[in-house]
Amino acid sequence: MYKIVSKQEVGLKVQSYEIYAPEIAKNAKAGQFIIFRIDDKGERVPLTIVSTNPQEGLVRIIFQETGKSTEHLASLCKGDCIRDFVGPLGHPTEIKKYGTVIAVAGGVGVAEVLPVIKVLRKVGNKIITVVGARSKDLIILENELRQESDLLLFATNDGTYGVRGFVTDVLRDIISKEKSDMMYVIGPVSMMQAVAELTREKRIHTLVSLNPIMLDGTGMCGACRVTIDGKMKFACVDGPEFNGHSVNWEELVSRLALFKDLEKISVNKFKNEQEHKCYRK
Amino acid sequence: MLQKIKMPERDPKIRKKDFKQVNSGYSQEEMLKEAIRCLQCKNPMCRSGCPVEINIPSFIKFLARNKPGKAVEVLKQKNNLPVVCGRVCPQENQCEKFCILSKKGESICIGNLERYAADFAAENPDDNITIKKNGIKIVVVGSGPAGLTCGGDLLKMGYDVTIYESLHDSGGVLRYGIPEFRLPKEVLDTEINSLKKLGMKIVLNTLVGRTKTVRDLFSEGYKAVFVAVGAGLPVFPRVPGENLNRIYCANEFLVRVNLMHSYDFPAYDTPVYKGKNVVVVGGGNTAMDSARTAVRLGAESVKLIYRRTENEMPARKEERLHAKEEGVEFIILTNPVKFVGDETKFVKSVECVKMELGESDDSGRRRSHKVEGSNYTIETDMVILALGVHPNPILPSLTEGLNTDSQGYLVIDNNYMTSIPGIFAGGDIVGGNTVIEAMGMGKKAAKAMAEYIHLIKCSL
Repeated sequence: MYKIVSKQEVGLKVQSYEIYAPEIAKNAKAGQFIIFRIDDKGERVPLTIVSTNPQEGLVRIIFQETGKSTEHLASLCKGDCIRDFVGPLGHPTEIKKYGTVIAVAGGVGVAEVLPVIKVLRKVGNKIITVVGARSKDLIILENELRQESDLLLFATNDGTYGVRGFVTDVLRDIISKEKSDMMYVIGPVSMMQAVAELTREKRIHTLVSLNPIMLDGTGMCGACRVTIDGKMKFACVDGPEFNGHSVNWEELVSRLALFKDLEKISVNKFKNEQEHKCYRK
Repeated sequence: MLQKIKMPERDPKIRKKDFKQVNSGYSQEEMLKEAIRCLQCKNPMCRSGCPVEINIPSFIKFLARNKPGKAVEVLKQKNNLPVVCGRVCPQENQCEKFCILSKKGESICIGNLERYAADFAAENPDDNITIKKNGIKIVVVGSGPAGLTCGGDLLKMGYDVTIYESLHDSGGVLRYGIPEFRLPKEVLDTEINSLKKLGMKIVLNTLVGRTKTVRDLFSEGYKAVFVAVGAGLPVFPRVPGENLNRIYCANEFLVRVNLMHSYDFPAYDTPVYKGKNVVVVGGGNTAMDSARTAVRLGAESVKLIYRRTENEMPARKEERLHAKEEGVEFIILTNPVKFVGDETKFVKSVECVKMELGESDDSGRRRSHKVEGSNYTIETDMVILALGVHPNPILPSLTEGLNTDSQGYLVIDNNYMTSIPGIFAGGDIVGGNTVIEAMGMGKKAAKAMAEYIHLIKCSL
């Protein structure tokens, strides 16, 4: 069993947890993920590792309540335990000095970009972080991002913060003014694809972190297969990071839709059950 | 000559609607009738057909005297998991093939007898086993058939054994791969629990290579490591459309159903699509398991496509027979060339080509060739690919100095030791095909590891 040592709401329906998992805390590196399973009937869900505290044996995860398992996880309290927590999985991010790195994050991807910019900055890269959100009140972890970035910019769809529009609007402006040596993108697939299209023309090396459906997370089942440069890769063991210009985005989008109808059934069942339970804060 | 006693089976019409065991096992009377048929050969050929060389006439002799407890003692000298082997071993190609009576088609049903004895022991556990512990720590990576066997043997020799497992439950392929109707999980749990009672530690959720490295294990005081991480990476046909939605690898489909209980969705959270017209590609036991699982999930039709004929299928005869009884349609000499999807990228048909058999290959199986222009289409809403697996690359690739061959299998010497002293390996990661082969390797490796530890102790 793995204990929830701290719980903090960092945004609207976005939770930050620290889980006691000393071996993972000791060995995890930026870019890797864990898989959790809440209880005996739970599914295996991958989440990026946001940070670790090896001294205290803690692994921090941040997640948005978007489906049955994340809603269930959010309903737990500090001190509660989850059944399974395995990792660190996947390849760590390759850390080297590129020069200027532009980190692009959308939605809860902000949490996932944090560990990567932290280590990239440590080795001497200049970090420009661009965050996209629908609206100002959906932006999370602004202070933490500011600490790890040389420049922090925002794009909101409704114009309530930063530039009105998309991250690509901000990026077009930056790359016209400044030499960009690497782009690191994590967020919704449509955003990652749009950024990759933009940087392809400009020939900027672009890494994306993919989030296909996963099951075992150890390269055994093939559920997370993605097509990279026409070749089949497994995101769990070959990734999760890939060259954004090589990804077959259309296929990734369609494969993510595989269980949409069944997910709804699961969410509704959970909500019904929750109504009959006391919701603890 | 007395005829063999058939294994009682549940009616296909009933059993295809649930996941309960198909073979219900001999009654005492049936067991006795079968056991007394054994000729007790002076030079028993059956034994030479057994990968772990069980003293088959001896255990059958005890059964014939209605002493199943004694019979199991004989079995367990060579096989730690007889309840598993009695169910899943391909006996017709091993022990039973060599039985002298097989010439008349009436070989002793050794597997059925093994199962009877093993089930008896599981229901009447012998808690009097005492082990003299030596306090030396040994670690096993992977809790599948090879790992459990090796760990179990070392445990009984007195070693302090810990098994690391990456998944959230133990058993490896016995848990995630082989369906409930062939190997009930309750039976597997009984075996694993009896090892735990003897002091075996099983640590779940630990992916050795990532959660901790093999080097970490040595610095934690383990004196030797047995790597039994099994198969990984499924094989794909490499044809257009293979990534369309609802084209599953058998591994994914079976992990969902067996390990994650998705047949009971939404009571369990993990979903699986329940296909109506399912196409399974492949001719091995995994293909049969997939097809029969699809039947149980309520498919209206299940077609199994195989490029050769039924004679060349690697699946056991019993599994093929059971699959057909349950309504699986075999389409032989056929291979998929293309999967076609609808506008939302869900598979809707398989384009196939007819095959014909040519000359034999090195393994003695006949090669198959395409019949040009014979393409035709099968409508489907779900495809399951059961084309085999590659060895699991994670631990080898993350352990410096651990040599693999060109196909990714770990290279071992005659003593099951890898290129790193103190690290041994067995099972699918070194290339094996069956549960019993993996167990055989685990057993031999355990002996070699004990000898290795004795040697390093003497040299200190």
